[in-house]
Amino acid sequence: MSSSQVKLMIDGNTLEAPRGMLLVDAALRAGIDVPVFCYHPKMEPVGMCRMCLVEIGRPSRDRQSGEFLLDENDQPIINFGPNLETACTTRIDEGWVVYINSERALEGQKQIVEFLLTSHPLDCPVCDKGGECPLQDLTMLHGPGISRFSFHDKMNSLKRVALGELIILDRERCIQCARCIRFQEEIVDDPVIEFSNRGRSLEIVTFSEPGFDSYFSGNTTDICPVGALTTSDFRFGSRPWELNAAASICPHCPVGCNIILNTRREVKMGGSEIVKRVLPRQNEMINEIWICDKGRFAYSYAMDSERLSQPMIRVGGELEETSWDNALKVAAEGLKQSGANLLGLAGGRASNEDLYNFKQLIQGLDGVSMLNDFMAGGKQNQQIGLGPGSNLGDLGVGDAIVVIASDLLEEAPIWWLRVKQAAERGAKLIVANARFTKLEKYSAHTVRYSFGDAPETVLGMLHYVTGDSSLNKYAKVDGQEESARIIKEATNAVLFMGSEGSDSESSKRLVQACGSLLAATEHIGKANNGLIPVWLKNNTQGAWDMGLTPPEKHLAEEFRDRTALYLMACDPFGDNPEMLQELPQDAFVIVQELFHTPSVDRADVVFPAQSFIERDGTLTSGERVVQLFYPAVSPHGESLPDWKILARIGALLGVAMESTSAAGVMNRIAEDIEDYGEIHYRELMNREDQWPPVGGKQIYFGGTAYENSQGIGIRLSSRAQRGEAYEPVWKESPKKPKGEGIRIVPIVKLYDQGTTVLPSLLLAQRIGQPELVIGQEDADRLLLQNGAQVEVQWNGTAHQFPVAIDNDIPEGIVLLPRNRQLGLEMPMACNLTPVKPTSKEKGE
Amino acid sequence: MLQDNHATEIAQILERYPQASKRAAVMPLLFLAQREVGFISRDAINEIAGLLDLDPTDVGSLIGYYTLFYDKPGGKYRIQICTDLPCALRGAEKFSHEVCEMLNIQVGETTEDGFFTLEEVMCLAACDRAPLFQVQGKGGIQYHENMTLESTTAFIESIREQDANE
Amino acid sequence: MSELILFRHLDIPDINDLDVYLANGGFKGLREIVGKKSPQEVVDIVKASGLRGRGGAGFPTGVKWSFLTPDVFPRYVVINADESEPGAFKDREIMERNPYQLLEGIAICCYAAQAQTAYIYCRGEFWDLAKELDEKIAELKDRGFLGKKLFGEKFDLEIYIHVGAGAYICGEETALLESLEGKLGMPRLRPPFPAAEGLFAKPTVVNNVETLANLPPIITRGADWFRSIGTEKSSGTKIFSLSGHIAKPGNYELPLGTSFRELIYDNGNGIPNGNAIKAILPAGASAPLLPASEEILDTGMDYESVSKAGSQLGSASIIVMDETVDISWVAYKTTKFFNHESCGKCTPCREGTYWMFNVMQHIKNGEGTFDDLATLNSVAESIVGKCLCALGDFSTMALTSGIEYFQEDFNAHLREKV
Ligand SMILES: Cc1cc2nc3c(=O)[nH]c(=O)nc-3n(C[C@H](O)[C@H](O)[C@H](O)COP(=O)(O)O)c2cc1C
Ligand code: SF4
Ligand code: FES
Repeated sequence: MSSSQVKLMIDGNTLEAPRGMLLVDAALRAGIDVPVFCYHPKMEPVGMCRMCLVEIGRPSRDRQSGEFLLDENDQPIINFGPNLETACTTRIDEGWVVYINSERALEGQKQIVEFLLTSHPLDCPVCDKGGECPLQDLTMLHGPGISRFSFHDKMNSLKRVALGELIILDRERCIQCARCIRFQEEIVDDPVIEFSNRGRSLEIVTFSEPGFDSYFSGNTTDICPVGALTTSDFRFGSRPWELNAAASICPHCPVGCNIILNTRREVKMGGSEIVKRVLPRQNEMINEIWICDKGRFAYSYAMDSERLSQPMIRVGGELEETSWDNALKVAAEGLKQSGANLLGLAGGRASNEDLYNFKQLIQGLDGVSMLNDFMAGGKQNQQIGLGPGSNLGDLGVGDAIVVIASDLLEEAPIWWLRVKQAAERGAKLIVANARFTKLEKYSAHTVRYSFGDAPETVLGMLHYVTGDSSLNKYAKVDGQEESARIIKEATNAVLFMGSEGSDSESSKRLVQACGSLLAATEHIGKANNGLIPVWLKNNTQGAWDMGLTPPEKHLAEEFRDRTALYLMACDPFGDNPEMLQELPQDAFVIVQELFHTPSVDRADVVFPAQSFIERDGTLTSGERVVQLFYPAVSPHGESLPDWKILARIGALLGVAMESTSAAGVMNRIAEDIEDYGEIHYRELMNREDQWPPVGGKQIYFGGTAYENSQGIGIRLSSRAQRGEAYEPVWKESPKKPKGEGIRIVPIVKLYDQGTTVLPSLLLAQRIGQPELVIGQEDADRLLLQNGAQVEVQWNGTAHQFPVAIDNDIPEGIVLLPRNRQLGLEMPMACNLTPVKPTSKEKGE
Repeated sequence: MLQDNHATEIAQILERYPQASKRAAVMPLLFLAQREVGFISRDAINEIAGLLDLDPTDVGSLIGYYTLFYDKPGGKYRIQICTDLPCALRGAEKFSHEVCEMLNIQVGETTEDGFFTLEEVMCLAACDRAPLFQVQGKGGIQYHENMTLESTTAFIESIREQDANE
Repeated sequence: MSELILFRHLDIPDINDLDVYLANGGFKGLREIVGKKSPQEVVDIVKASGLRGRGGAGFPTGVKWSFLTPDVFPRYVVINADESEPGAFKDREIMERNPYQLLEGIAICCYAAQAQTAYIYCRGEFWDLAKELDEKIAELKDRGFLGKKLFGEKFDLEIYIHVGAGAYICGEETALLESLEGKLGMPRLRPPFPAAEGLFAKPTVVNNVETLANLPPIITRGADWFRSIGTEKSSGTKIFSLSGHIAKPGNYELPLGTSFRELIYDNGNGIPNGNAIKAILPAGASAPLLPASEEILDTGMDYESVSKAGSQLGSASIIVMDETVDISWVAYKTTKFFNHESCGKCTPCREGTYWMFNVMQHIKNGEGTFDDLATLNSVAESIVGKCLCALGDFSTMALTSGIEYFQEDFNAHLREKV
């Protein structure tokens, strides 16, 4: 027995556990459940609900020698204190004798349940938590049949308090465990809810604007052990036991959070199945038990009535609905006739199966296929990746994390969370960006460069690592040397690379520099080391892996002279209406889509695609974990999965593709693509015990998070890991063009006006109108005040926005949230003109 | 804005606490805000939050927890009679009752002229000088000890008079 | 009358004037140690004096200081001037009438604890007093008794007043620290104790006003002298706040171990109106009441004897009740107090104080039944020993002891359940 393990006895069972482990956890390891309310395995213990009262006996020790004192039978003398103690706050030690289910301990636990029930409403029959509520379970176990507390003395409080439009609080049900408050403060550092008043009047309040202002608010409804906190979409929506649960993967960002789609047949919807709520599904490697509010609330697009439900073809200038057979025939004909110079463009939202078949089809027709994106790095990720057995949750003291050119909170909230926590565990965090982002709060070092200089900044760090004097011209901003030292000395280092401020050319240089830095510091090819690209779409990495890459030139150039265009899961004409001018008028266009996008308006044939809730498939996260999602509801209208549509067209055109199942397509992928050689649906379904065990049968952790019984995914191996040497390459930076005036830089906001977010009625109020962020100098020069309207011109188009002044933004730069219809994918030169207020506005 | 009128005082308050723990200044700043208008307004909460880099929630939630803070206006003067056990043994409950009658209000209410709100409070640490009350008004809190109905009446009149002269 | 150690203003009324204080040996204690004795030597003197905390728990002061985590700085000294126990009004008198002795005591404590900053957490109601103390601190700074390089030695010291805002629980030391940090004043989980992680997570000493006011004479006159006063285990004098049905209420400084009788009859001039004494609450609302008997009256007021008699000395806030008092009403008042003051953080205290108060309200209104007494006792039992801090236990004391000794007072209001 190592000295860090101790032996103790719990309810007569002898067990070993690490010294200092919390007694609740040690007991659970031994299969003994201690009832808890305030304790949560992801948070610091506070010992305030007092539910976990147990009897603890400690061996007496000799004062001098520290040896155990023995009784006449040579047994250690055990001392039991006068009081019961809280198992959630007590750290175990050698020789303890603990009773969790003794008469005395149970009596104490009963008393606490009785207290909690004195003012708790008995509305279980209508409570959202009914059926999955630990208080209900414990009441069944311990609760008295009748209450000695006078019903008339019950504390009456408000039953519906909207903390914000997303989260509703029932003050009567709240048992003041503070899990929600502690989650907001400790885990996500948005302390926007707190207790106010005191004693029996203690209640949760918020003063934030908007109410409960946090990207992570929904998680509090999962960890609330009673029905006090509910999401406004699910509140009174259903009983938990009426719900089916389908495992899925969040489609919104490259983290790939594991989720559960709870579905039910709905009378209002004509008896069809709909998603009632989205919950996290535990995967300690990916998202632990958390998801962000976008993942939780922006699902309604999949059930939106505006979804395309029927194939369409253009007849006499108008789109008309038609049968699949006819639409496929028209599409095949069209491709045959005008497909001489075919461009296939796919989006990073499609699944691996879709993207693979897409590539097969376009290739089979001698066309060119591309990914509708500009950020580089997919190839380097295949080479370097994140080593096998990696888990961001393992990073801590001695390790380093670099985040460059990304506002991680807005782009990939759960990564932000996990990076923050790693920093709190002691990992050294380096945040390099051209502006302040919230992650800086946790950084050991911040490196501030000028917009667009990310590659040079990394090359400067590389200079300090390698001493290469040709690079010393890049060593010019504060913190490079220190960062280089930290990365070099780190046991493990992970680098997150984003695209903020990059264009396609500088993005390439950035990833080359990052790869070189990781190679030079030997942080590749092993667990908890490597690169994570922060993609703008959830499956961009999958697209690269399937062989699709961004255009070499600007997309506009790619569109010129095309005779046919095949679009899947992307909307280039919506993103940038100007593109319509670039594509020849007579080019034949096929679109596979969910919605009637501007690209659909340009289509000759339109195929309604299925959304992720209606079908299965796989996605590859930025960490290069391949994960499986399952169908949750029946398909919308006549829609089909993208891979299948492609296979059917292929069949008409003589391009053979797998057409029976998504799993079948994956088998093809496994044969064809080396990195995916081991990936089959059966293996993707493998589960693994998770610690802490959450969402299972234990009363230990109540709450509505789900166990992961449907598969935790597979981390792809990288070439570096397979022994292939990584050849560092980097390019010298081109000379910067001078005197360009103001540059407009697109940035990411979590709640954008994208196709998947806009239909969410819940998030509507949070999306807001995009503002143009401008620095103080430029604002002063243009005589702009906060909220003033400006006209911004770029690329020959003009748009109006209100401005928001931010001291942090340097002169000559303005920021604009990425959005559809702006045609602003990468930074570009722009012109600003203040819009004169009309005389009426002036008068106000 | 507090900063417009009390910049030096705010600076003095902040000086007392380590920069990294400036949140400790929140209660003194709340008192400062309350002294202005007799309660703590939403604007003051936001301003204090801004000064201390806190979420307004961390400021606003304190008001309900601590009995000396108010989030709503009351009478110009809050007369707070201690009726806790030691004072009650010396007739404080009866005294409170009489003062209520004199002011023609119930406990918790404000006189029609908006001058006085009467409250009963817990021990004020002056049990040997019961009956007593504290008065929260402009400028802070004052104790009035060993009171009788007569001395209380006189006090109330003097306040009304004083205010009329201002 | 015995010698006055803390209430020197009774002998020298102007001792709250700095020059008068100095003329009467003021700051001699501090001068004797700064640069002349090591902090450890001061800790040892205080340990040897047997001084115990006057805030309620009676924990040996020097021992507490020696728990400070070694080699971690900065450290803080926090003075508990939250004085909110019903019946306690002693710290206020020290601060008002003999403030420099407290301030000197704070300085001595800071020297011993190697702290450069002290905060006096003063209850918000003492607004005017806090202002006066603030001025006195400024004056001390001007006159070179505070600030950098005190007496030319390597010892810097700042004292600040921090005003609370009305919450009895903030007298509990960890709640006090939370409050001082600008948060809701709710007790912290212990361990870690303040000596390891206190204010701003740094090693911190928390002591009561009266405790620290004892330090200057202990330094100047020595531990042995201090030990010679009081009893063997409870040395020194103690200020007894005497209130309730008493002819001459007020604070009385007497050696620990002085009997209730001496305090009540010799100092407080007995019970008014010729009434008989019925019960005593020796520690405000927070400890069991003692039914007045000859034996109880002869009990010495020191930590051990009062505990042996079935109660606690606590902060020595002696509330006297005569034969006219209805003990069920007393229990109603104390449950009302604790219901109002429970912070709400832990379940038994939050729910239990609310429950007991509700039942007591029914009893007071004549709506109680005989079952209620059993309920009250069992609710109290569910609270005791199960809370996060001592307030929960406190809340049950007057009530259960009241039922135990004076059940007939309760019975008079009760009826059978129908
Ligand atoms: C509910 C509660 C209230 C308390 N109130 C006070 C108080 O008002 N003043 C005080 O000095 N100590 C009070 N204490 C005791 C303090 O927690 C702490 O023991 C004391 O400040 C330590 O100082 P001392 O060792 O000098 O007595 C209280 C304790 C509890 C549990
Ligand atoms: S709302 Fe839920 S999580 Fe929050 S304190 Fe109440 S019971 Fe606990
Ligand atoms: S938690 Fe409130 S008194 Fe202990």
